[in-house]
Amino acid sequence: MKKTKFNKIVTLIPSYLAIATYIIFLVFPLLWMLSVSVRPEAELTRLEPSFIPETVILEHYATVFSGPKMIQSILNSIKVGAMATVGVIALAIPAAYALGRYSTRINKYVIGWVLVSQLFPTILIMIALLMILIRLGLTNSHFGLALVYMVWTLPFVLLMLQSYIKAIPQELEDAAAIDGATRTQTIMAIVLPLLLPGIAATALFAFVSAWNEFFFALVLLREPELVTLPVMLARLVGREGVARLGPLAAASFIATIPALVLFGFLQKWLTSGLLSGSVK
Amino acid sequence: MLKNTLVTKKEIEQLKLLPFAMIPVIFLSLMPIVRGIYAGFTDHVLGSEISFNWLENYRIMLNDSLFHQSFRFGFLWTISVTVSQIVLGFGLALLLNKKIAFTAWTRVFMLVPWAMPPVIRGIMWRFMYHPHVGAVNHIFMRIGLIENPINWLHCFEHTIPAVIVVGIWGGLPQATVALLAGLQLIPPELYEAASIDGGNKWDKFRHITLPLIKPITVAISALLFMWNFNAFGLIFVLTGGGPAGTTRVPMLFAYEEGFKFGNMGYAAALGNVMVIIIGVIMFTYVRQQMKERA
Repeated sequence: MKKTKFNKIVTLIPSYLAIATYIIFLVFPLLWMLSVSVRPEAELTRLEPSFIPETVILEHYATVFSGPKMIQSILNSIKVGAMATVGVIALAIPAAYALGRYSTRINKYVIGWVLVSQLFPTILIMIALLMILIRLGLTNSHFGLALVYMVWTLPFVLLMLQSYIKAIPQELEDAAAIDGATRTQTIMAIVLPLLLPGIAATALFAFVSAWNEFFFALVLLREPELVTLPVMLARLVGREGVARLGPLAAASFIATIPALVLFGFLQKWLTSGLLSGSVK
Repeated sequence: MLKNTLVTKKEIEQLKLLPFAMIPVIFLSLMPIVRGIYAGFTDHVLGSEISFNWLENYRIMLNDSLFHQSFRFGFLWTISVTVSQIVLGFGLALLLNKKIAFTAWTRVFMLVPWAMPPVIRGIMWRFMYHPHVGAVNHIFMRIGLIENPINWLHCFEHTIPAVIVVGIWGGLPQATVALLAGLQLIPPELYEAASIDGGNKWDKFRHITLPLIKPITVAISALLFMWNFNAFGLIFVLTGGGPAGTTRVPMLFAYEEGFKFGNMGYAAALGNVMVIIIGVIMFTYVRQQMKERA
């Protein structure tokens, strides 16, 4: 009995070694950046630095938060992300209701559009979009950028929300209708409260998409005081000789926090197999 | 009778609710796409008159060595990254599908690259590849793989492989998650039946796992191909297309033409070529895979 158990463990060793290799490859770069962000630069430039910092300092994070430009770009990212999130959720709820509650030919067209829209590289959209936004006076504007993010995240937000609406039993609405409630009353009083967890998850997705986005922000915002965090960081990299490594690592780590939180929430859903069929 | 009407009652209900979302999409997504495609047939340069010039942009492209360089690297990058993501992702998915310890933790930690914004992926790997403080040089020197530090992102022979490794890293979680979902959908009864019939592990893998995982493999590899072909932020930060344009992916080339030099018409034409390439490849690939299944 004991021997078979021992044998089993021995046969599993290659699997564990393989899993360990994968995890080191996938996670180590983040740990390395984290370790760069908490150690004195003198320790880094030594010939043989240790992987675990000998002295841990938070000075680089303090540097990030004391630089007015960096704070400004973080606030800009939060502002654009919040506007885009509120906007896209408000825009998507009626349409998501239409798609979640009824199943007709139109559902197919909408799904088809969602897939086809993925096919076009953003460069093609950007060229004409820039012209339109110039004419509307919406370049160099957080509102303009938020508007672009709303449309850009809408397909996936719509898909997410309609699946949550499908999960709310139709009978609840029918009962309310029998009691004499109008459609709007039913949606406000019954569907929306039940939909809140779904809205929260979708909103988090929309916010992180906007927070992470780089290309549109790079093209649309020219004023240095308007730029979002990814654009700010990309510009710092361009002047690596000037930018210090420690604060750059610290700021980059701060920039990944919202997405890490989102994935913390979503990880069960992402790896549970529920995703099959709606992979993106 | 009712079935013959053009629009059903349910569809009317839907159409009442849709305009709210449709109007911004029409003005900020559909119209720009259509006008962008059109711009690819004009000589639009920022700040000057626009005129339709038929296929002139595409004629210029044929003789543009930068175009050839960029799209050649685009294919090398997209194919090598996508294939590696699928192969490595399948390996990890098989490991995670086993009933062994630590897989729950692994499933959480493997998501890290996916959670990183593309710009941060680039910055992070610049720390990895940095000639003086980079972890890659330290590790390789300590295990004796190299003797002197290598400037990974600035020399011709090392930059392309270095960039491809980062590309693979960034999409491995997506591939793994999709393939794992596919593996979990295979009914365990099939394997039990095969065991009763005396099939060994290899038989089961070849005759049950592979055929049943194929549809999702086709879907996720098509998506990965599309994402990788359109990559931008990561390369922008990692190498900026250098050294000497050797890692300038098509999207970066089009960006520079349009927004650095103001050649909007040419940039749009490059966008059109990208759509056609992706469209044709997706169509033939997915159709061929479907045929083989039938």
